[in-house]
Amino acid sequence: MTGTIVWRVLRWLLLLVFAAFFAVPLLALLNFSTRDTITKQRTGAAWQALTQDPAMTDAITTSLLLALFTVIGMVVLLVPTMIWVRLRVPAATRLIEFLCLLPLTIPALVIVVGLTNVYAWVNYLIGDSALTLAFVYVVLVLPYAYRAIDSSLSSLDATTLAEAARSLGAGWFTVITRVILPNLWPGVLGAAFIAVALVLGEFTISSLSHYNTLPVVIVQISKADAPESMAAALASLLFAAVLLLALSFLDRSRRTPGGN
Amino acid sequence: MAASSATPPQTPAGRRFSVGPSVGLLPFLAYLTVFLLIPTITVLVGAFQDDQGGFSLQKVGKLNDETPLLVLRESLLLSISSAAVGALLGALLAYLIVTAPSTSVLRRVVTAVCGVLAQFGGVTLAFAWIATLGFGGLLTQVLADTIGTDPNGISQLYELPGLVLVYTYFQIPLMVIVFLPALEGLRPQWREAAINLGATTWQYWTQVAFPLLRPAFLGSMLLLFANAFAAYATAAALVSQGSPILPLLIRNSLTSEIVLGEQNFAYALALEMVVVVAVVMALYAWLLKRTSRWLS
Repeated sequence: MTGTIVWRVLRWLLLLVFAAFFAVPLLALLNFSTRDTITKQRTGAAWQALTQDPAMTDAITTSLLLALFTVIGMVVLLVPTMIWVRLRVPAATRLIEFLCLLPLTIPALVIVVGLTNVYAWVNYLIGDSALTLAFVYVVLVLPYAYRAIDSSLSSLDATTLAEAARSLGAGWFTVITRVILPNLWPGVLGAAFIAVALVLGEFTISSLSHYNTLPVVIVQISKADAPESMAAALASLLFAAVLLLALSFLDRSRRTPGGN
Repeated sequence: MAASSATPPQTPAGRRFSVGPSVGLLPFLAYLTVFLLIPTITVLVGAFQDDQGGFSLQKVGKLNDETPLLVLRESLLLSISSAAVGALLGALLAYLIVTAPSTSVLRRVVTAVCGVLAQFGGVTLAFAWIATLGFGGLLTQVLADTIGTDPNGISQLYELPGLVLVYTYFQIPLMVIVFLPALEGLRPQWREAAINLGATTWQYWTQVAFPLLRPAFLGSMLLLFANAFAAYATAAALVSQGSPILPLLIRNSLTSEIVLGEQNFAYALALEMVVVVAVVMALYAWLLKRTSRWLS
């Protein structure tokens, strides 16, 4: 009996230590971003600058647009392919899974080293803009998107749905966009959330390709105005946290009606 | 039945495509070829080319020079130590929360926070630690008063020990995420069975639970190792001068325009990185297969 009490106290003590280890740096970030570097007084200037400093607002706009284009690209490229594999080419399942998970094994840093030639063409054909990063970001988010959509697709009897729709005269385009896709909505939404969070934090490729996305500008500004960059860093982390928390609730509401 | 036996060799009636449904995969395959396979192949081939495009082992040979070797050693040291510390503490934290019911607030908060810190930290985590231990940081003055460190910021933060500390900050959460499913797979029935057969708690852990969890633990540790070895953003934001680890040496040779030929050396360094990560990930996949035999 005393053993269980000791264990309970020890468990909470350990949890407190972990909580402190994870909370202190984030509190330090908050502390630093709300304090004047010279007078040491509390000020909201750094947080205000996030919406006023043109370099910062430009970077935020760029990163949000990139997130949007990446999500669109991911949905257009991955979702029809996965549905098609499930319905018509099940033999390719392993190949597609392997390719989708490959970016976990090939670090973003390696991709950026080999990207020069590909982007020379992209810039030649489309123009030189930070938004062209969306092409390679689609590849980066593939592993996470694949898992989210795959779990959604597995819980669905896609073949029966497709056969039913086909026997009523629907073409394959209708089957994919109007029959299967609406049923995949939670998985696609989950994939989109993760993609947005990843793109907003992506630094490796954007900094080495010299495009000014949010994390790149945060690092640039830190040399001139540390509190502002700390505020931006904390804000982007909190934004990602809100997205992921929303995702976990989405996940729960999906599971409860099924009763499993 | 009758219809299919009537025309067995032909394609089923009503199918419009004669080229076969595999064509539907072409856009996806083409896209991945351009944006994933070509960059990778560029690196693999580029590492074995000289500046005129002919075959040469010169760049790969340069990996044997003093600086790249030293940097590789530091990188391995950083990855191994942060993976070991992260795996041990992460497994402990995972065990602390797995004993709580899966619907509890504690568990939900911990997994959500871990998800954010493990995957989306990057630059932010570097700044968080600068705000803690750097110039004017939250703990800098406290530590200076108590253990006598530099009141202007702890300089080790920007060297290997600091990197290990900062990496641990995202390695522990990653360990929690990847190890939690394995811990959840430990069925209470196995413990009951062991205790029914007269085992003590110690015997249950050493002879049943640990052997079952070992592949999952080692596998997760390999994943943590690969994660640290390839991580770039945190180190790049923290260390602005010099290149003590491999990712930063790659940055150095990518951006340096002073030394001619240095830029192409990035291919060889990237090759080194992809080889290390690929070997580790292959081991991870193999261990994962062994884990899923028992804990699914």
